[in-house]
Amino acid sequence: MRVVEINRRTFLKLASLGLLAAAAKPAIDLLARPEIARALGLESTVRGRLAMAVNLKACTAEEGCSDCVLACHSVHNVPDIGTRKEEVKWIWEATYLQAFAEEETQYAPLKDAPVLLLCNHCDNPPCVRVCPTQATWRRDDGIVMMDYHRCIGCRYCMAACPYGSRSFNWRDPRPHIKDINLNYPTRTKGVVEKCNFCEERLAEGKLPACVEACKKGALTFGELKPGTDIQRVLSQSFSLTRKAELGTRPQVYYIV
Amino acid sequence: MFDKGKVLGGLAVFLCLATFPLWYIAAQGKADYFSDPVVYPGSEQCVESVEYMSKYHMQLLEKWRDQAVRQGDRVYTASDNKTYDISLTGTCLKCHPNKAEFCDRCHNYNDISPNCYNCHNIPPQPKEVLRDIK
Repeated sequence: MRVVEINRRTFLKLASLGLLAAAAKPAIDLLARPEIARALGLESTVRGRLAMAVNLKACTAEEGCSDCVLACHSVHNVPDIGTRKEEVKWIWEATYLQAFAEEETQYAPLKDAPVLLLCNHCDNPPCVRVCPTQATWRRDDGIVMMDYHRCIGCRYCMAACPYGSRSFNWRDPRPHIKDINLNYPTRTKGVVEKCNFCEERLAEGKLPACVEACKKGALTFGELKPGTDIQRVLSQSFSLTRKAELGTRPQVYYIV
Repeated sequence: MFDKGKVLGGLAVFLCLATFPLWYIAAQGKADYFSDPVVYPGSEQCVESVEYMSKYHMQLLEKWRDQAVRQGDRVYTASDNKTYDISLTGTCLKCHPNKAEFCDRCHNYNDISPNCYNCHNIPPQPKEVLRDIK
């Protein structure tokens, strides 16, 4: 058996390299803490992670209210195709069981209430991972954006989305839009579209159209950071997210 | 060469037919036709100069598209340091709403059909036209 010969100088070099490697993780964790990152000027100036809370008790959709749906679809020129197969929707009402398939119960007080569904703008979005052209991507502030110029209409994102939030334009949408809002573009045949958390309204400092249209205040929107309305709402009540076991980390919270 | 006469004669006829567009237009006196887009002046000044825009407006629009959609930055700083909001309908078509007399003149002449208008809305067309550019 041969003993490995190592001189003191080499040993010191290797030991210091090893120490550096061991210290790397704690150093990175330290830099990741927001106070340090902010102090060093490393944090982006974009706003914090955006999320939405839907209060199912306050929502009166079962009494025939669909103010949020009408507001969103009219501001964004979402067409009303008329057939279930080809429908395009950014926000819609579904039954409790359709929204929370694993919550099958006879006794939940809200089991007959309609639930508002929209794109969840997940933190770990499967649609972003599968898009072959990166026509959809996750912004720093959490919004999962669509670039209709780059979308090739392969619908891989629709297959990947576990929530059915995305709709494909099977035909030219323009004839099916009642009143075109000239301040926002329409889409064309062959692209996939979905809710965009009203990023164009957020850029002007307004709230999303659905949040503003809700007369009952059932929708809360904001950044998940201390002091905001949504942070307070989410810390005060229990909330569900859809299909939490899939690991997509959706950012639309339902207060049941 | 066998059948030299027929070959050369056939070649001459073919060349005449192949270059028909060129000599026919020249003979009609329209060789110096320039599609003159008509400007409806919403403001006296465009984002960049006329020379720059007529050569590079396609590249500028592509840059705008990527900057606004993919980077989320909707402010464009022009070469004279003025800032403009990046929007086809809101900035460009606000001053040039006359699609048929401005955009389509050159596009039709060059047989280009940009598909921007499939999504981006065209504002209501004005009736009068106040200034020509050559």
